[in-house]
Amino acid sequence: MDIELKVTPDKYLPHRYAGASGDFNPIHIDREFAQQVGLPTNILHGLYSMAQVARACTQAAGGDPRSLRRLSVQFRGMGLPEQEIVVTGSENEQGVLALEAVQGDNRIIKNAEAELATA
Amino acid sequence: MPVNDAAKGKTYPPFEYEVGKEKIKEYAWAVGEDNPVHFDREQARAAGFRDVVAPPMFAVVYSWGALGPAVLDPEVGMNFAMMVHGGQEFVWGEPVCAGDTISTEGSVKDIYERGGMGFYVFETASRNQDGQEVVRGTWTNIVRGV
Repeated sequence: MDIELKVTPDKYLPHRYAGASGDFNPIHIDREFAQQVGLPTNILHGLYSMAQVARACTQAAGGDPRSLRRLSVQFRGMGLPEQEIVVTGSENEQGVLALEAVQGDNRIIKNAEAELATA
Repeated sequence: MPVNDAAKGKTYPPFEYEVGKEKIKEYAWAVGEDNPVHFDREQARAAGFRDVVAPPMFAVVYSWGALGPAVLDPEVGMNFAMMVHGGQEFVWGEPVCAGDTISTEGSVKDIYERGGMGFYVFETASRNQDGQEVVRGTWTNIVRGV
């Protein structure tokens, strides 16, 4: 099974995700604050990016949310709004899906592993 | 300097969260989940769910309240200025649907130092009103320069 999902979070996505998740850390929603602490701009929530990996898995399994049994990720580079996220993955010999998420050359999620329920 | 691991094994009081249909919809919309089982009660029931069902990663919404007191605990003593969310794992059980009451217990699973960085690993275990486990989360925070 090969997986690919592409999504471009718009400028206001971090604000919508903050409201939906309850995580209002200003590094995600306040560009000036983010720049004051040395970031290029306000950055995506890591758990939003993880949710894109989760969505790629359930879509590949036919859309049933029950199909995703386990997902583990490591967060790496900072995800940025208004840049395309590409999630890719493939199944290894043990039947585990190995995935990553990138924005251009910037790997925002690495060493992700997912287990799907067998239909 | 080794990290202080005195809080290892510490547990925190359960946190209860009542799952609402509109909150599921708001979350699903924000992360781009467009399967109607997350919005439409009839379609969710036709697919075998009790009610509108949450996307798997909705786990962050109902379990964060249990993790907050652990992360902020002075006995754990993380330096927030130097902290990043290093890794995350969820293992899912019973699906979470609108109308459920989810109870989550947080604990400090491990604290250790590696390569000059402090690793603070928290665990959350969430059960529904019938006592069925819905998700187990492992949250790894890394503090640079300990």
